[in-house]
Amino acid sequence: MTAPIIEIRDVSKRYDDGPPALAGLSLTVAAGEALAVLGPSGSGKSTLLNMIAGLDRPTGGGVTVAGVRVDELTETASARFRRERIGMVFQFFNLLDDLTVLDNVLLPAQLLGTGRAAARDRAVELLDNLGIDRHARAYPGRLSGGERQRVAVARALMNRPALLLADEPTGALDTASGAEVRELLAELNDDGQTILLVTHDLALAESCATRTIELVDGRLARDERAATR
Amino acid sequence: MSALGRVVRAGVGRRRVQSLVMALTTMTAVTASVMAAALVVASQQPFDHSFARQRGAHLTAVFDGGRATAAQVAATAHAHGVTATAGPFPLVSVGVRPQPPAGMPAPPVDPVLTVAGRTALGGAVDSLTLTSGHWLTGAGQIVVADGWGPPDLLGHQVHVPGVPGNPALTVVGTARSVTSTADAWVLPGQIAALTRPGTTPEQQMLYRFAAAGSTAAMDADRAAVTAAAPAGSVDGSQSYLVVRATANRQTATFVPFVAALGLLGLVMSVLIIGIVVSGAVSAGTRRIGVLKSLGFTPFQVARAYVGQALIPAAAGTVLGVVLGNLGAVPLLSQAEGAYHTGTLTVAGWIDVAVPAAVLALVVVSALAPALRAGRLRTVEALAIGRTPQVGRGRWAARLAGRLPLPRAFSLGLAGPFARPGRSATIAAAIVFGAVGVTFAYGLGASLNGVQRGINLDSPGQVTVDPFPRQIAAPGSGPAGPPREADPAAVARVIAAQPGTRASFSSVFTEVHFLGVSDAVTAVAYQGDSSWGAYQMVSGRWFDRAGEIVVGHRFLQATGTRVGDWTTLEGDGRSTRARIVGEAMTTGDGGMRVLTDAGTLERAGITEHSATFSIALRPGTDRDRYVAALDTALGPLGASAQARNGEISATVVAIDAITAILTLMLVLVAGLGVLNTVVLDTRERVHDLGVLKALGMAPRQTVGMVITSVAGIGAVGGLAGVPLGIALHDLVVPRMGEAAGTRIPPVDMAVYHAPQLVPLALGGLLIAVLGALLPATWAARTRTATALRTE
Ligand SMILES: Nc1ncnc2c1ncn2[C@@H]1O[C@H](COP(=O)(O)OP(=O)(O)OP(=O)(O)O)[C@@H](O)[C@H]1O
Ligand SMILES: [Mg+2]
Repeated sequence: MTAPIIEIRDVSKRYDDGPPALAGLSLTVAAGEALAVLGPSGSGKSTLLNMIAGLDRPTGGGVTVAGVRVDELTETASARFRRERIGMVFQFFNLLDDLTVLDNVLLPAQLLGTGRAAARDRAVELLDNLGIDRHARAYPGRLSGGERQRVAVARALMNRPALLLADEPTGALDTASGAEVRELLAELNDDGQTILLVTHDLALAESCATRTIELVDGRLARDERAATR
Repeated sequence: MSALGRVVRAGVGRRRVQSLVMALTTMTAVTASVMAAALVVASQQPFDHSFARQRGAHLTAVFDGGRATAAQVAATAHAHGVTATAGPFPLVSVGVRPQPPAGMPAPPVDPVLTVAGRTALGGAVDSLTLTSGHWLTGAGQIVVADGWGPPDLLGHQVHVPGVPGNPALTVVGTARSVTSTADAWVLPGQIAALTRPGTTPEQQMLYRFAAAGSTAAMDADRAAVTAAAPAGSVDGSQSYLVVRATANRQTATFVPFVAALGLLGLVMSVLIIGIVVSGAVSAGTRRIGVLKSLGFTPFQVARAYVGQALIPAAAGTVLGVVLGNLGAVPLLSQAEGAYHTGTLTVAGWIDVAVPAAVLALVVVSALAPALRAGRLRTVEALAIGRTPQVGRGRWAARLAGRLPLPRAFSLGLAGPFARPGRSATIAAAIVFGAVGVTFAYGLGASLNGVQRGINLDSPGQVTVDPFPRQIAAPGSGPAGPPREADPAAVARVIAAQPGTRASFSSVFTEVHFLGVSDAVTAVAYQGDSSWGAYQMVSGRWFDRAGEIVVGHRFLQATGTRVGDWTTLEGDGRSTRARIVGEAMTTGDGGMRVLTDAGTLERAGITEHSATFSIALRPGTDRDRYVAALDTALGPLGASAQARNGEISATVVAIDAITAILTLMLVLVAGLGVLNTVVLDTRERVHDLGVLKALGMAPRQTVGMVITSVAGIGAVGGLAGVPLGIALHDLVVPRMGEAAGTRIPPVDMAVYHAPQLVPLALGGLLIAVLGALLPATWAARTRTATALRTE
């Protein structure tokens, strides 16, 4: 058993008024796992992801990721933490439309201050691995949804993050493109990449998760390990 | 509430920062415009305006009190062509001694004051403007003309040593007569106490005529008044045309720079309002798409967006008019002092025209992009949402990405190219700001130089007058012209005084030149005056008799140039003199000649009562030197005093007006930047969220946002400096021309590297300051929230 990469203890999150988005959630994720987070809309899945990425602070409890208490980081430190440890993939890709595919993928390395040549090599390698190298000079607007999501994944993997977070990565894709992304994530996990993905897509959960949890009203409702995958 | 009304209200309410910035920008632009317009309008014929408003006297006549009774003088009101009169007012001229404010030496000579006995401030003719204090309410009070005597006279006493009892009067107010009919006013009953025994007060009568437009008309009017009075009773009279000519020349000095700065302010305001409003509407393109998909017609969309812009703009405009009128008060009071006019006010039509023009501008600026967006196919409008005008400026993004800069900066650098129109406008605003600051700096520096030059009218640290310190001891009877000290003896005392480095004497006199009808003022120097030379426009200072240095008007009037010969005509003798230089002088409207006393002697002109200018040896204590010299000169009937460099009221006024207007320019430019950055970050909030999710730190975000305008600021500043210098080189000589002089090259060349560098960086500074606040907002936006916005 490897050391836990995510350790969430008693985390709750309440926005201004209304019911808590997370209510005393505890969760431990080990390195190498592929965790699928299921749950109805509004159950707090994205909120959980934001806590882990240090994009938002819990109202109570502690979040430790890769040995770092992310809920106690300053804005600057949490930005640095994300740069080094976290890769994020979103439902709507969130690529910068006025940068080329290659420039989008290079961004995290540039923010980190990686040397030019090294960053370039890494980006080319990733684009090559993900089969989108011929679009390197294109702008995201010209790509299909599946291709765009591959670019987003490449960008997320740029700094070899300890943890890959994905929020509905197939949510905006048609069946065929969804399947491609599914395969890609499964392959990544096979190569040892820890993944936490939020999804409504049961097929996605089944095909690439080693463990599935379900949230309801900000609480853990189910937690089961896949026998096989 | 209709659907449209709801959309407008939500549009204003939900974008609170944007609405606030729009209101703030409109307010500042309107404030600046009202102030600029008020000043430009007030600078058009200010004399004529206040002359009309104060019912100024076309003719001021003074009658001999011994030859005409008050009733006889009053009867001249029936002379042909007279439409209104004021007076007769009894008039006396008295030497007065103001209590000098602590630390200031008493003037060497008691100044002579023309005091009129007058009951009321207002009147059918020459209504006075009270500038401080209050009007006369009883005996023992005096109101002096604004600008007369030492400063802060109000509330102090002035003594009148020349009349029995050495009466004292309390200065209760200051007032301004548009044609300066008197130096001071007391109640008529006071005049008797101010009259020297054995003399009769004169009678002053002020007239307005039906026809007074020309010198000829005034001559006829004057003749009519003279004919209506007892023969030989008119002691003197003055036409308003003379005063008007002087006043207009003074105003003309101001018009070039007031017009330049005012125009800059107006253009800048138009620019900023245009960009703020159209920017706000363009930023709403995606929302327009949503509205259209719900079934709004393009016209309804346009109406909604015009309404959305008009609400904050109208609020800003109303506040701006109020602030503009408040801000115009100090501005116009500076101008009043400079133009020597009565109260200047913001012309009423400005308060109507400026808001009307601004609101029209808002409607047009909002309508154009709203209609464009309204006509866009709905899908396109919906697609535009996140990053504006996808595809524009990509080359810049790619180029910037190659620069060896941290990524945050290169992203920022490429920013402006995604919105070329907006960036160009904001660059223009910064250019205007930089032009204003550069011009203002140059104007101030040139005027300081000119002022220093003009102070050389009386150079040196110490001066010696050929009069005793006080001309009339209390109760010593009528003050006659004082006996003059012997200049040769005075010169010997000065030379013998320890601490004297150099000295020369100079005296003003009037001379005639062949071919010039009017008398020319000449300053005759004795001794080596080269250390006290005027600033030269061209040529050199004279160094021997027979050489003259002249003012610009002299060259113009005689059609001569430096190097030419002229003929000086004296008492039956004349002499040739060579013009060796053109000096800067505004004295006598530039109609002035400077030369060695020997030149005048050759034409048979000798002057005695010269003033000495003295330069001290380094390390000499001036006050002790003055005291010692004054004691040594006492027996000769001469007096010494320290000379304080004077700053002309005109220069002070120009400096103040320039400072106020430039500050407004910079403020408007800064607000323009602020607004643009607010819009930009608002439009890019989603991208900012993405970058932060990728690990962009707050400081990097601030850096990126600031870099996005810093480039524009740097370029704008660089472009603005040469334009500001060009404006300076255009305007300053015109101001000099109006004052009757050319500006010496040394005063024109005021831009040197140590000043140019900060000036060029000024644009950058405006940009950075304007961007700082929204940049920190951008850095503080919650990433999770930003990612949720679409
Ligand atoms: N920034 C926010 N401000 C206020 N409330 C929020 C915010 N973010 C989330 N919430 C609320 O918190 C609750 C959980 O939201 P969250 O986005 O985590 O749900 P989710 O499980 O991701 O839903 P979905 O499957 O629809 O994405 C919701 O009720 C939502 O309205
Ligand atoms: Mg969600």
